Amino acid sequence: MLSPTLPDGEDVALRIRGLVTGFGDQLLHKGLDLDVRRGEVLGLVGGSGSGKSVLLRAIIGLQPVRAGHVEIFGQNALDPDPVLRRALRRQWGVLFQDGALFSGLTVSENIQVPMREYLRLPESIMAALSTARLRQVGLPPDACPKYPSELSGGMRKRAGLARALALDPPLLFLDEPTAGLDPISAAAFDTLVRLLADTLGLTLFLITHDLDTLVSICDRVAVLGEGRVLACGTVDELRRFNHPWVQQYFGGPRGRAAIGKQA
Amino acid sequence: MGSMSWAKAEDGCALARLSGRLTIDDVATLAADLAATPPAAPGLVIDLAGVTAIDTAGAWAVNSTAMLWQAAGHSARITGAAPAIDRLVQSLQAPPPPMPVRPDPGNPVLARVARVGAALIHQARNIGAFLAFLGQTLQVLGGTLTGRRRLRWHAVVHQAEAVGVNALGIIALLLFLVGLVVAQQGAVQLRQFGAEVFTVNLIGRATTRELGILLTAIMVAGRSGSAFAAQIGSMKLNQEVDALKTIGLDPIEVLVVPRVIACSLMLLGLAFYGGLWALVGGGLFAWVDLKMPPSAYVTRLQEVIMMSDFVVGMIKAPVFGFIIALMGCFQGMQVTGNAESVGQRTTQAVVEAIFVVIVFDAFFAVFFSTLGYN
Repeated sequence: MLSPTLPDGEDVALRIRGLVTGFGDQLLHKGLDLDVRRGEVLGLVGGSGSGKSVLLRAIIGLQPVRAGHVEIFGQNALDPDPVLRRALRRQWGVLFQDGALFSGLTVSENIQVPMREYLRLPESIMAALSTARLRQVGLPPDACPKYPSELSGGMRKRAGLARALALDPPLLFLDEPTAGLDPISAAAFDTLVRLLADTLGLTLFLITHDLDTLVSICDRVAVLGEGRVLACGTVDELRRFNHPWVQQYFGGPRGRAAIGKQA
Repeated sequence: MGSMSWAKAEDGCALARLSGRLTIDDVATLAADLAATPPAAPGLVIDLAGVTAIDTAGAWAVNSTAMLWQAAGHSARITGAAPAIDRLVQSLQAPPPPMPVRPDPGNPVLARVARVGAALIHQARNIGAFLAFLGQTLQVLGGTLTGRRRLRWHAVVHQAEAVGVNALGIIALLLFLVGLVVAQQGAVQLRQFGAEVFTVNLIGRATTRELGILLTAIMVAGRSGSAFAAQIGSMKLNQEVDALKTIGLDPIEVLVVPRVIACSLMLLGLAFYGGLWALVGGGLFAWVDLKMPPSAYVTRLQEVIMMSDFVVGMIKAPVFGFIIALMGCFQGMQVTGNAESVGQRTTQAVVEAIFVVIVFDAFFAVFFSTLGYN
């Protein structure tokens, strides 16, 4: 019932088939399958060390893959051809855990890096767009000329999101977007991400441990374990899924609290 | 690709009809088109009915034009937008005025004066911080030597391996070649006076007293001084140094003193070892080119190298090791902020260590000459 793959007719943004990754002689993903519908917000959960971040790195080509197939908007994401890869990178934005801002550039310059790389825009428009973008992710305008080391962790995360969104990519990968944020900022972040997903028609793939995020913004949740996707479905469907880890995850006090809040 | 056309609305307002895709790819043209008609009509209507796709950049262009008209005292409204598009445009609200991309540099003349002043203050602080660091290190080192503090043998041995044992190959190669080159160049010059045989004096004294020690020290500064700065610097960035302090460990005792001890001792050993290889290099040249058999070469060496040369060299080596380790650790501890700072401090560690080593070498040369150790 809770199959990680979708039927053939669906419009799929991200398709993973038989993915195998590993370190040394240890396998991390053993033939993993997953489909993400175009325009949906998919949350990925799993215990520590279950390979969530490695899966993300494999999809965006930072982690060598031993076997399998990854397709993004119908295009082979593992193709080594540099021209194809560059076109593909224009399609996605990535937010790393701590923002991964370039420390030698100011916040505005960080946001302008993708614009400079892919487009030719006048300086005035880039400055205006980066200011508007910062405002959109909830940073005060005076953060523009600051360096990342002058920002707090939460602000760095927002600035990282602004950079990931710089080109309004149709596919966005977020690695623990709300970890380390206070509950108010985290809720605002969730609202923002949902708004962007709705208005821009973004497809979102997010790794998170924040149950509030899962409940409030994710259309579907995929559970990673035992080297594959154990189940994929709405939070309600997963609560009825008979697997000890999944039961503990959603049935624990935090899970119940998050789901109760929503109901 | 989006397109736009101007028309007149029934109430006399200017009507901008936008259609197609309003995305970041052609936001520059869109913004220029929208700005082309200055606010002359009583108001502006932007019609988004024909828009098929829009992103934040497109919404920004629409929204900022409307705000521009309103700021000029005209009415401006947006019509025909699909609900999702409307939400996106509304979410931008009043676009903030573009902020500077970089911090304001200010008046260029004043900025230059301020930079010179800041550099002076920075240097003065740096010297102060270095003296404080030197004091702390000596204090902890004293405590360690008198047994009041623990010496971390494990760390010392580990560092000794990294600084000394792992450098054996490269030091041997370097000093062997230097010995060879000194012998060859010396022989060419001395041959003019028919004094080739004194090449041995040159190799023997130059390498044991000066070159062997100095080149080994420079090599160690490049290999290990930089490593110390980078290791401690990244630990500082990663808050590992703070973690040590909160657990109650003294970073000087845990990180600095083992490196200082290991580096001093290892430089002593490496300098001796490097000197031997320089003599081997020189000996090889003497054998091949000057036809001096190794046994004769060794006998000559014993005659020309004075014990004082060897002692002077062996006194200098651990001092240089101490300086290199101290500089590396000090610069590592000064890292703040970002990855760029690690690079800067690492460079500084190497450059300053080599500089101070050479200054001390000059000082030692004068000092020992005055004492009569020629």
